Formats: sequence, C-alpha cells, structure tokens
Amino acid sequence: MRTDPKVSIKGLYKIFGPDPESVLPAVLGGMNKPDLLERHGHVLGLQDINVEMQTGEITVIMGLSGSGKSTLIRHLNRLIDPTAGEVLVDGEDVLGYSEDRLRRFRQETMSMVFQKFALLPHRTVLQNAGMARRVRGEDDAAASREGRKWLTRVGLSGYEDAYPHQLSGGMQQRVGIARALASDSPIMLMDEAFSALDPLIRTDMQDLLLELQTELHKTIVFITHDLDEALKLADHLVILKDGYVVQQGEPQQILLHPNDPYIEDFVSDINRARVLRVRSVMQPVASGNGHDFAGIVEANDTLEKLISLSGGDTTKAYRVQKSGEDVGVLDMKDLVRALVPAAPAQTGAVR
Amino acid sequence: MAFYDGLFDTLGLRDWCDAGQETGPMSMAQLLAQSSGATGAAEPATPLLQTPFPSLDTLHEACPAIAQTRDMTTGVENAFLAIKNPLKVILDPITQPLSWLLDGSLAFFHAVPWFILIPALLMLTYYATRRWGVTAFVAVSFLFLAFIDHYSYAVETLSIIFVCTMISVALGVPLGILMARSDTMQKISIPILDMLQTLPTFVYLIPLIFLFSVTESKLYGIAIILYAIVPVIRLTDLGIRLVDRDVIEAADAFGMTDRQKLFGVQIPLALPNIMAGINQTIMMSLAMVVIASLVSAPGLGVLVLRGIRNLELGVGLVSGFGIVLLAVLLDRTTKAALGRINASYKT
Ligand SMILES: Nc1ncnc2c1ncn2[C@@H]1O[C@H](COP(=O)(O)OP(=O)(O)OP(=O)(O)O)[C@@H](O)[C@H]1O
Ligand SMILES: [Mg+2]
Repeated sequence: MRTDPKVSIKGLYKIFGPDPESVLPAVLGGMNKPDLLERHGHVLGLQDINVEMQTGEITVIMGLSGSGKSTLIRHLNRLIDPTAGEVLVDGEDVLGYSEDRLRRFRQETMSMVFQKFALLPHRTVLQNAGMARRVRGEDDAAASREGRKWLTRVGLSGYEDAYPHQLSGGMQQRVGIARALASDSPIMLMDEAFSALDPLIRTDMQDLLLELQTELHKTIVFITHDLDEALKLADHLVILKDGYVVQQGEPQQILLHPNDPYIEDFVSDINRARVLRVRSVMQPVASGNGHDFAGIVEANDTLEKLISLSGGDTTKAYRVQKSGEDVGVLDMKDLVRALVPAAPAQTGAVR
Repeated sequence: MAFYDGLFDTLGLRDWCDAGQETGPMSMAQLLAQSSGATGAAEPATPLLQTPFPSLDTLHEACPAIAQTRDMTTGVENAFLAIKNPLKVILDPITQPLSWLLDGSLAFFHAVPWFILIPALLMLTYYATRRWGVTAFVAVSFLFLAFIDHYSYAVETLSIIFVCTMISVALGVPLGILMARSDTMQKISIPILDMLQTLPTFVYLIPLIFLFSVTESKLYGIAIILYAIVPVIRLTDLGIRLVDRDVIEAADAFGMTDRQKLFGVQIPLALPNIMAGINQTIMMSLAMVVIASLVSAPGLGVLVLRGIRNLELGVGLVSGFGIVLLAVLLDRTTKAALGRINASYKT
C-alpha cells in the first residue's frame, strides 16, 4: 500500500571528529559509539539509518538526549552533511545539490521549527512570519499577506506588530510555526518544537499541529524525547538510541510489541489505556457474526473510552467500525490483556 | 689594546678586521684614549670581573671592520629615508582624501555660525538619545564653553573626532566582519590590534612625522585613526561571533544567502556591540586628539599644550576642563543612544 516515500534516508552514517573518513571503515565494521570515542577520538553521531517518510504523514523521531535526533533531522536539509549514505527527497539526492540548488530547496521544499524558536529578535512578529517569503525574493506585500494569513491561522492575529520578546514562549512558537507554514513548503521539520513549553501549552500546541495537519497534509518530521507526545502525533515512529534505529513502525504496534529492552523501559510508564486504540487490539473480522455485541465503537477510540463504556465488564464484545463500515470485533478480554506490557519473547518484528 | 683582540686573533680574522683600517671618524672613547697620550704603551690587562659586554662598540675597538652602533642607527635612518619616497608615492594618494576631509570638516564647522551649529548639535543629540537630560547637559556645556571663548577650539576638536570616527567606522566595521568570518583572519589581526593598542602613542608618531609633513592634517588624522579604530574592529568581530547560533541556523534553514544573513541577521544582531565599539572609538579619538596637538592637530589640545609649554597654569586647567566636558558629553550621548538600541533588542 506504500507509495513512493517523500523522504528516504538510506544507509546514513555521521561521524564527528577531525577525520571521519578514516574511521568510517571501523564503524562499518561494527564498532560501537563508546569504543570509537575511546580508540579513535571520534563521536559516532548516526549509524546505518534507514528511514522512509511518507507524504502527508507525521514521522516522529524519538530518543533520549544525545541519541542523535537533532543530527538526523539536520541531514534532511543538509545543515549537516553525512559521512556516508543518501538522503532522497522526492527521489532526488539532496547530497548532490549545488549550493544554489540547495538554497532553493531550503527556501521552497523544507521549512523548520526550532526548539528555542530562533525568531529574529529585531523583527516584528509579522516580519518574522513572512521571513521565508522575503528570503525567497517575494515583495513585502506578498510576505505580509502570507504572514498575516498564517498568524491568524495559529491564533495570533492582533500581535502582528509586537516583537518576539514581548510574547510568551507558547506564542513565540506559534510564530515559529506560522513562519514555517508561510513558506508553503511540503515538508516541515520540527526539532523538539514543543519541548521548551509548559505542559498545558504543549498540549494546546500538539492539538494545533494535528488540526493543521488534517487540513494541510504536510510531510512532517517531528522530534521529541517524550513518548506521550510521540504517540499522540506519530503516524510513523522511529526510536533512536546511540545513533542507531532501535525500532520503527506504527506507534501502536511498537507499544504492543517492543523489540528491545530499551523500548520496554520507555513504554512501561505509559498509560496504555489512554494511548492504545481499539483498532490495535481488535480482531479484524469482515463482519460481525455469532457474537452478541454490546454496541458499536469507532476504530480510533481509545481503550480508556471503551473501559468506561463497558463499565469494566470483561465479558462484553463490541463491533468496531471505521467510517460506518464494520472492520472488526473487540473482545474486552483482549483489551484487558493489552493493558499489560507484553514480554519481549512474544514480540513480532515490525516492518 | 682592546679586550676582544685575542678573540679575533685566535679566530684568524685579524686580516679581515684590519683590511679597511682608518675609515670613519673616531669615537669619543678613542678620542679620549688618544688625548690621554697612552697610544702604543702597553695597557694593564683588564681584570676578568670587568669584562665588557661584546657590544658593537666594544667589538669595533678590537676589530675595526665591525660597525659601530651609531653606524647602525644611521643605517636605519637611511633605510627609512630610502623607502620613504617610494612609500609616499603609494601612501600619499591614498591618504590625501583624509586631509581634504579633515580640512573640509574644519572649514565647515567654522563656517556655520554658532547660533545654527549649537541648536543643530542639540537636535542631533536628542534624536540619538531621546533624553531631555542628556540634551540639556550638552546645551549647558556648549553655552559654557562658548561663554569662556573656548567655543571654536571645542568645535575644532569635535570636527576632528567626527571625521576620524566616521573613517574608523567605515573601515573598522568591514574589517571586523572579515575577522568574524574567517578564523585565520582573526588570528592574523589580533596581534596587530593588540600592538596598535599597547604601543605608546608617541612611538608611532615618529615614523608618521617622517612619512608625512607636519603641515598636512592627514598626519594627525592617521595617528588618531590607527589608535581609535581598534575597538570598533574588535567589537564588530565579537558582536558577529556572539550572534545566537540558533538564529543563524534558522537563517540557514530558510535558505538565506550569505548577503541576506549578513545584512538581515548578523549585523543587526551585532549592532549593540558595534555601537559599544563606536562609543569607545569616539573616546579614544578624543584622547588621541589631545596628544596629536603635538603634531599640529588644532583644538583644545593646543591650549593644553600651551599650558604645559609656557607653564600657563590657568590656560591648561581651563582647557583641560573643556576636554573633560567634551568627554563626558560624548560618552553620555553615545551611551544613551546605545541604551536605546539595547532596549529594542531584548531577546
Ligand atoms: N558538532 C559536533 N561535534 C561532535 N559531536 C557532536 C556534534 N554534534 C553532535 N555531536 C554528538 O552527537 C550526538 C548526538 O547529538 P544530537 O544533538 O543529535 O542529540 P539529540 O538527540 O538531539 O539530543 P538532545 O535531546 O539533547 O537535543 C551526541 O553524542 C553529541 O555529543
Ligand atoms: Mg537535539
């Protein structure tokens, strides 16, 4: 069912240090990060990354601090050049771009939202929002029009003439998002865009992003170190550790079938009932028969909702529908089983 | 017989030493030795504890082929005089506009009557600072200086500072930008800037006096600029290097060209530091303009100099106070302008 990916990263390696080329063979031979640092004095940033990002999806890259998330996302718009590997966008090799072509690519194809907002402090909110347009050489009128439009869209109309330092962190990041959206680029990179915000504002911003996404269908690459955020936003989840991909796939599947103790640790603290969806634990059945259904539920409902619906009765079963069509059956017993983290032995390979 | 005779004998250099005998005038020491009538007589051997340092003059006594120190100084002078003319051919046309600017500006400041110039300066002050207090201070200072007949001297000093600061900024900011962009450039420049700032100002007045004549205004212009340009270069470099990495990264991520980045991000964000550099440049120009009155720079410095030369205590003190007044008002004005910029740059 997969079409051509919008972005695909193939065999990407990044080594930091004075002479990365010279130690690349050792890394290709399987040397790990601590050994490389100790024996050759080079930092292994990324190793053998293979990720495909689909058009219109939110790909979330998650990992702890220092796992290489920022390094990875910066390879997409070549703020960092790899030591080895390929980055293809729309099938074109970004690494082959000339300086001019690369600049145009950054102006038109990719925009970026930063953890620390990185707005221009000496420009007004409106000028910041229209920045991408102005950089591209469009006139002030066009820049202001687009800037104003997207500021309104992110809920900041009325603040056009304020300066960034006059706004709260959440509002500044809205400007950051408006700035990225105003560039009208199909791909949006977000490096821990919400990490600097307090939890309530953060939830607001996540909702805003999801709401915008239902309408805009951008290809979004979102970085976070927060699993709740990752699960909320991700269509495709990539988990990084020490510069390599531990597991990637559909987030619900990763949650149900973690293939590494590292990920189990990650997912053990999560409120599974709130995160897991009916579709992930149901039995796919063409149409319900032979069952006594207690009711009909949506495939995208959370388990939490179902538990309260059933009043905790594990004998019940529900018919699952997606946009009005039967897609499966949910037995409450399966639901209860899914609430307990699976042992690693049972895990199936995902992707 | 000189102390080091033996040395040259053992090295077998005696012939070489005596080859060019009887050239050049005798040194004072030789004359003294001659007049004491001891030529030819065996001198008592010098005790070891009084071994003279093998300096040029001492060695010359033992070996006439070695030059004396005074020959060396003459050599330096001759070398300097020899490169002076070719150097002037290049330097004169380049620096000539400086003379024109300095003279033109002086003529302009003199030509504008006081009742226009003072209000104009006050308006400029208010425009830059937006502070009534500072403006009032400037007004009082100027009226006072005019009242005690120091107006034209003060205006001359201001005119020189004005021109020299303009040129320092025009040259210093681009130099600072170059330094910020290249680490090699920075490594080369820093020792030069250090030297310009640590050299006692009199030391580089000397070659300048020989290179240009004292009647040319560019002489003191160059002296002032060399000294005062340093802070604006340094702080431009620092300011650009200190620009928030994240903002630069954002500029790159949105595909800004180097030019857009420089003029749209780096210079505006470095502006508070650049302005601080300009403030220091102005203050250093003022310090130097006083010293430069030694080489015919007009202004309040001339009065200070007169006070020192003729021991006219009153003249010296009053003009010194005038300089203090100028220093304070220039500093207040530029600091207030700087504060205004900083206020609009909070992040
Ligand atoms: N320029 C560099 N030189 C040397 N090492 C680097 C450089 N940039 C990153 N690294 C190293 O690469 C690794 C990954 O860094 P990166 O910034 O990508 O981590 P991250 O996952 O984004 O972490 P965080 O959550 O703290 O932002 C770290 O070990 C870091 O020390
Ligand atoms: Mg990071």
